[in-house]
Amino acid sequence: MGKLTIGTFSSLVGSLSLDFAVKLAEAAVKKGHKVDFWMSGNATMLAKKGQKAFKDYSFLAKPIQELIATGNFQICACEACAEARGYHKEDCPDGFIRKSMDWYLASTFDADRVLHIGGD
Amino acid sequence: MATKKLSFIVRSLPYKTEASRLALTHAIASQTVEIYLNDGDLVEASISYVGDGVLNCLKGQQGMKHYGITTIEGHAKNTLLLDMRVLICKEDLEKFGLSEGNIVMDAEDIGGETSAKIVAYSEIQKEMETADHILVC
Repeated sequence: MGKLTIGTFSSLVGSLSLDFAVKLAEAAVKKGHKVDFWMSGNATMLAKKGQKAFKDYSFLAKPIQELIATGNFQICACEACAEARGYHKEDCPDGFIRKSMDWYLASTFDADRVLHIGGD
Repeated sequence: MATKKLSFIVRSLPYKTEASRLALTHAIASQTVEIYLNDGDLVEASISYVGDGVLNCLKGQQGMKHYGITTIEGHAKNTLLLDMRVLICKEDLEKFGLSEGNIVMDAEDIGGETSAKIVAYSEIQKEMETADHILVC
């Protein structure tokens, strides 16, 4: 099985690109692949705990926790991007990693495919 | 021992979103990626500016004055200081009426020795074809 690295800058709720990236990760993990999921910029809002489900907004916290539970999914937020937005390590949901951007580039090294969604 | 080539394609306008700035900061992060890799393995980043993205290269940006933030011009110079391969699309520069004199071509003022290259889009296409992964921002 392969390894997919997904990087995204797209914001939580404000854009459905992040939802697409999570759905793609779900499909890949379901097929037995490993997925590394990197968030920079506005995408780091996904790494904030306490999100509530409303029917007008997408709610990605649940599928992310299910993906983490598979053991084949790593999710990492850009530490500086998160700190700049005012949330800190203790605000991060369980199972999330926070690192600098080199974590993402290192993940691409042995990835079979990289999907980078570099806009909002 | 292996080297993986990442091609960052910058097509976003400067300052409108964070995308072009993040492209440059991610590319710069290739300098410290070794801490995660085996000895001898490398990730090598190049940057190509296309479409609206060429406006990120404009000289005389006033990010600090107007927004209190570092300029993308400064990041562009840092990529040259770090000897990254930087390509700027000739056709897209011409569409904006820009030429070499309007844009950041080197980082000599901060000790850089590498220059950006203004090239036809076909050269940028080749750059993408030789990359292991393409990251469009």
